[in-house]
Amino acid sequence: MTEANIRSSAVSESFIDHFPQGWLSLDDRDGYQGYIIEKDHLLEFARRLRDEHGYDYLSSITGVDYFPEDRMEVVYHVYKSTGGSGIEFKVVTGRDNPEVTSLVSLYDGANFQEREIWDLLGIWFEDHPDPRRILTWEGFAGHPLRKDWTEPYFEEDFKPFDSRWPEGRPERSEATNPFGDNVQFKDPFDPETWVYEGDDQVYEALRNEYSTKDEDLDVEQFIVNMGPQHPSTHGVFRMVVLLDGETIVGLKPVFGYLHRNHEKIGERNTFLQNMPFTDRLDYITSLSNNLGYALAVEKLTEVHPPERAEYIRVIMAELTRIINHLVAIGFLLNDLGAFFTPNLYGLEERELILDIFEAVTGSRMMCNYLRFGGVAHDVSSDHLKQINALVSERLPRKLEDFDKYLTGNEILRSRCEGVGVLTPEDALRLSVTGPLLRASGVPYDIRRADPYSIYDRFEFDVAWNVHGDTYDRFLVRLEEIRQSIRIIKQALRDIPDGPIQTGKVQHQARVPAGESYGRIESPKGELGYYIVSNKKPNPLRYHVRAPSLINLSALEIMCRNQKIADAVVILGSIDITLGEVDR
Amino acid sequence: MSEEKPVGELPVVLEEANLNPVEIVYNWGRRNSVWPLMFGLACCAIEMICTAASRFDFSRFGMEVMRASPRQADLIIIAGTVTKKMTPQIVRLYNQMAEPKYVVAMGSCACGGGPFKEGYSVVSGIDRYLPVDVYIPGCPPTPQSLLQGLIMLQEKFDKQPFKSMPWYQKAPIDPVPVPVLGPDLMDIRRIEDMKIHMTRLGKASTAAVGLEEGSGS
Repeated sequence: MTEANIRSSAVSESFIDHFPQGWLSLDDRDGYQGYIIEKDHLLEFARRLRDEHGYDYLSSITGVDYFPEDRMEVVYHVYKSTGGSGIEFKVVTGRDNPEVTSLVSLYDGANFQEREIWDLLGIWFEDHPDPRRILTWEGFAGHPLRKDWTEPYFEEDFKPFDSRWPEGRPERSEATNPFGDNVQFKDPFDPETWVYEGDDQVYEALRNEYSTKDEDLDVEQFIVNMGPQHPSTHGVFRMVVLLDGETIVGLKPVFGYLHRNHEKIGERNTFLQNMPFTDRLDYITSLSNNLGYALAVEKLTEVHPPERAEYIRVIMAELTRIINHLVAIGFLLNDLGAFFTPNLYGLEERELILDIFEAVTGSRMMCNYLRFGGVAHDVSSDHLKQINALVSERLPRKLEDFDKYLTGNEILRSRCEGVGVLTPEDALRLSVTGPLLRASGVPYDIRRADPYSIYDRFEFDVAWNVHGDTYDRFLVRLEEIRQSIRIIKQALRDIPDGPIQTGKVQHQARVPAGESYGRIESPKGELGYYIVSNKKPNPLRYHVRAPSLINLSALEIMCRNQKIADAVVILGSIDITLGEVDR
Repeated sequence: MSEEKPVGELPVVLEEANLNPVEIVYNWGRRNSVWPLMFGLACCAIEMICTAASRFDFSRFGMEVMRASPRQADLIIIAGTVTKKMTPQIVRLYNQMAEPKYVVAMGSCACGGGPFKEGYSVVSGIDRYLPVDVYIPGCPPTPQSLLQGLIMLQEKFDKQPFKSMPWYQKAPIDPVPVPVLGPDLMDIRRIEDMKIHMTRLGKASTAAVGLEEGSGS
């Protein structure tokens, strides 16, 4: 045991003393942190943690299946909105009909995450207000992330598959499936009389939750589906709204139209094979996703990238943030009705940054650039000059254009000010992060609150605002671009020469047993990777805490009592990417 | 353009296709006014937007009018991963499009499942349900390759004689049956296969448990 370990466990022992005996114990498995809570005391523990200890922001909930052991865990990560490191706690249950108390009554941000765990791992949450499947559909057979559940094209538990390596006898997966297609029917049912009931359940849940009856007037409230194919839902997102005239009475988002089994594939992949998959999570900000994943694995392997690599990472991540916010502002204006003109200006700048990405990483969008302990290729001095010219001349000028034409624009202000207000209390309760949280008056930016990589070396301001409406979110994004430019300028000034990779390039990361949660401030909010390793080349559990998905839990509360045309704008101001929402 | 063709002579493609002048003019009109459906599924949609934006600008080929309604669109670009949950909607959109209609599968996922093929909720290529005219591989394809694919689609337009145009045939065009979300995605065209499979399953479970289970006709 190192000194640091002894010290932290001493602190932890005293933390346990704050609670009655038998409520919690230290998780003392090798490489694990946090506490194990007795199932019966979970709700009371979480309440005291929030009210007495100030851990008011529930970052992530996920489940782990320890098959073949009869053990499943639900893992919680909570933080203080004032900053600092967080606390991790777990609840243990068996694998047969597991049940855990829901935390939605304390943290509303748990809602979608608990539904996801029920959907993918089959852990039932007692007292959950809306326990439906979320990523797959009602009627789907099984809980896919359970280790003993196999998909139709199942070959082996872990990659690299024997059929591909070492001899390489590639065969089509269709050949092994009785239907010659990516489907399986394990339990008998009658295909002719089968009726899909998922949609009716959404409508019923919506009516039960929000429907009101006016005694005097005979008014009919009706349900409208927006999406999954709708020009303003930013992809295949669907929201079902209950309308009274043009006013939104209730709203339920429906997910899963882009559910690509990121986590199931991730648990079959080796650690490094996951890197290109993270690109496709939030496909606008691929380099940020790389960074979050690399940090999470590096926490386990305890490899530290050399200085030059750290600077390159920061420069790339901030360029990604600029891209994302330019596109986000462009699409927000699109949703406001300024059809495509502001967006084209944003995309024009984006192309210039993409050119740099293509020159450095080899690809425009899917960069696959970071490696554990460094980056894949060096950035030449020419490219650094190119970046420098971009951030010191062109981008600030263009940003002023955006500011000049948009910030004071009367139409933009009248459509955005006071629309979709989110109070700081609601924002924290709903676990929203990123520009959405900061526009609501909570200046919580992980780069400042719990610094990672080398962000503690740079001078920048956390952009925030107090009104919590759509207009403030626009302003926060604009300001964040300015701050990103500031950071890039400092990084370009200080970047040292030297190696870009610790040790020699490893194609197979050796990851010790244990767990880690790496989180970064991605342009959309807190992007977290929860990884459990059992010393094999593949992760035992690989979970992505997607900011886009959890930010959407605020959509309903922001849209209520607004007009339907504003719902589109509010959705645009949250700034979601469906690849990340549905994974 | 060193070897310029004399005025009045047709491009080679058209000569080979052996079309009459009415067909040539008709196709020329169609090829230069393709209206794509404003429809994106995943990552490829971003590259599609870039292709529509100022730098690559596919309106140079007469495609600038992206329509949000399938009723007004000639072309559906399947830009991204086709998931099982989304397939019924995609097929429905295709059925709602008026003839003539074309399908471009953009990106590896739409062509054949791509990097996500092994996943449990991904359809191995949109061609399992829709007739695809042009496949554009890449993850995602660059705007240049999308443009190349669209130009290939235009060449396909050029070569189409009236006789082979499905919307001028006597028989009505049947819509593609919309798949149903069951325990897994159910392709209605293969319901007989499914029934046979169910019978087999039913027998297996009866033998194992000794009870009559399921109703696998």
